[in-house]
Amino acid sequence: MCLAIPAKILEINGDHAKVDYGGNFREVNISLVEDPKVGEYVIVHAGYAIQMLDAEEAEETLELFRQLLSQDLSGEDVLDA
Amino acid sequence: MLRLRDRQMADMILQRISLMNVQLTFMHVCGTHQDTLVRFGLLDRLSEVGIDVRQGPGCPVCVTLPQEIDEVLALARAGKTITVFGDAVRVPGTKSSLMRMKGEGADVRIVYGIDDAVEIAKHEEQKEVVFFAIGFETTAPTTAAVAISDTPENFSILSTHRVLPPALDAIVELGEVKLHGLIEPGHVSAIIGVSPYEFLSKDFRIPQVVAGFEPIDVLMGAYMLAKQNIEGRAEVENEYRRVVRPEGNPKALGLLEKVFKTTDVAWRGFSVIKASRLDFKKEFSHLNAREKYHSILGDVDYSKYHEVAGCKCGELLRGLSTPEECPLFGTKCIPDNPIGPCMVSREGSCNISFKYRKLTSK
Repeated sequence: MCLAIPAKILEINGDHAKVDYGGNFREVNISLVEDPKVGEYVIVHAGYAIQMLDAEEAEETLELFRQLLSQDLSGEDVLDA
Repeated sequence: MLRLRDRQMADMILQRISLMNVQLTFMHVCGTHQDTLVRFGLLDRLSEVGIDVRQGPGCPVCVTLPQEIDEVLALARAGKTITVFGDAVRVPGTKSSLMRMKGEGADVRIVYGIDDAVEIAKHEEQKEVVFFAIGFETTAPTTAAVAISDTPENFSILSTHRVLPPALDAIVELGEVKLHGLIEPGHVSAIIGVSPYEFLSKDFRIPQVVAGFEPIDVLMGAYMLAKQNIEGRAEVENEYRRVVRPEGNPKALGLLEKVFKTTDVAWRGFSVIKASRLDFKKEFSHLNAREKYHSILGDVDYSKYHEVAGCKCGELLRGLSTPEECPLFGTKCIPDNPIGPCMVSREGSCNISFKYRKLTSK
């Protein structure tokens, strides 16, 4: 089962890291991701970090969604819809 | 991430889809997508605005063949220590399950990941430890990472890892359901990237969106697919850009390439799907349980298997049926006493429907 929640890296020890899933701490293997750093977020699957989360991209995506949705209804203020 | 569960935004997306005035059928192939769709009531809300979403073959435990379960049961019976994800222990083979065999004294250990299995082998040198490797491209790199490491001699792996794009091809080629779009799985895509899906849009004109797992992700996925439909486009769009890069995870892909070769195998509900199972390359024979224990596994009969009468798991995995349409659902077949794997796995649509809907639907 894929975990939707990203985990924050707290400590790195070689190929392993201690991560925080909103209060749950766990040791994960980070050998599958490039150059993870403390404070960054990773997606974890079966005990391994499989990809980094791009926090800036997350913000941009939400903004893009708002723009995309606003194009569908001309003349209406989407955020108040 | 809380904003990805924002109710106002969800309502807005559904309203925009409603204004498109469409009747469309989409398929996703991921247990976590199904969980989000059912848990947050999105299946019903999408249905109200003309979008029918079905789960295809997106549950690794569900698509595994009973014979592959029989292989691991044969190893358990021969006294090997079986390490396995919790989801797979109840899945019935043709005659038994790991759970039942554990009750009869077999050494079956549930692990969280393959590293735990290696640790067991290291600490219990007198045991022959086999890891039952199950899962798509999300899990297979973890197996590959262990394969290239220094593993103990008493450790081996029985691989049932499968890759998804050939199964998507099979679904589309079968043509049993008229699909207007595919919601592609976020974390498989985090590994494989976006390009492996492109042939489906090019060759079959199927719109596709790679989507994340929060409610807004899934709703946006549906919205983007509906928009492609009304604009006459068929391409692969990426809704989950915060995690999925176009090229995927090159490090993980490099490992898959190094360790595995693809072979033809049947999937539950399907006939043989070409190049869809990841088996070990020759250089990794020492880890391959099928080679190491050839004399034990040679007896497993791959020629015949029958679904339990009435179990609709096969149809479900092809998007032809819903859990509620199965006569066994919630009566003879429940999570504590599952008849088919779709009720066993937390990624199976019967299990998910039972968990969230059973109490409110009757």
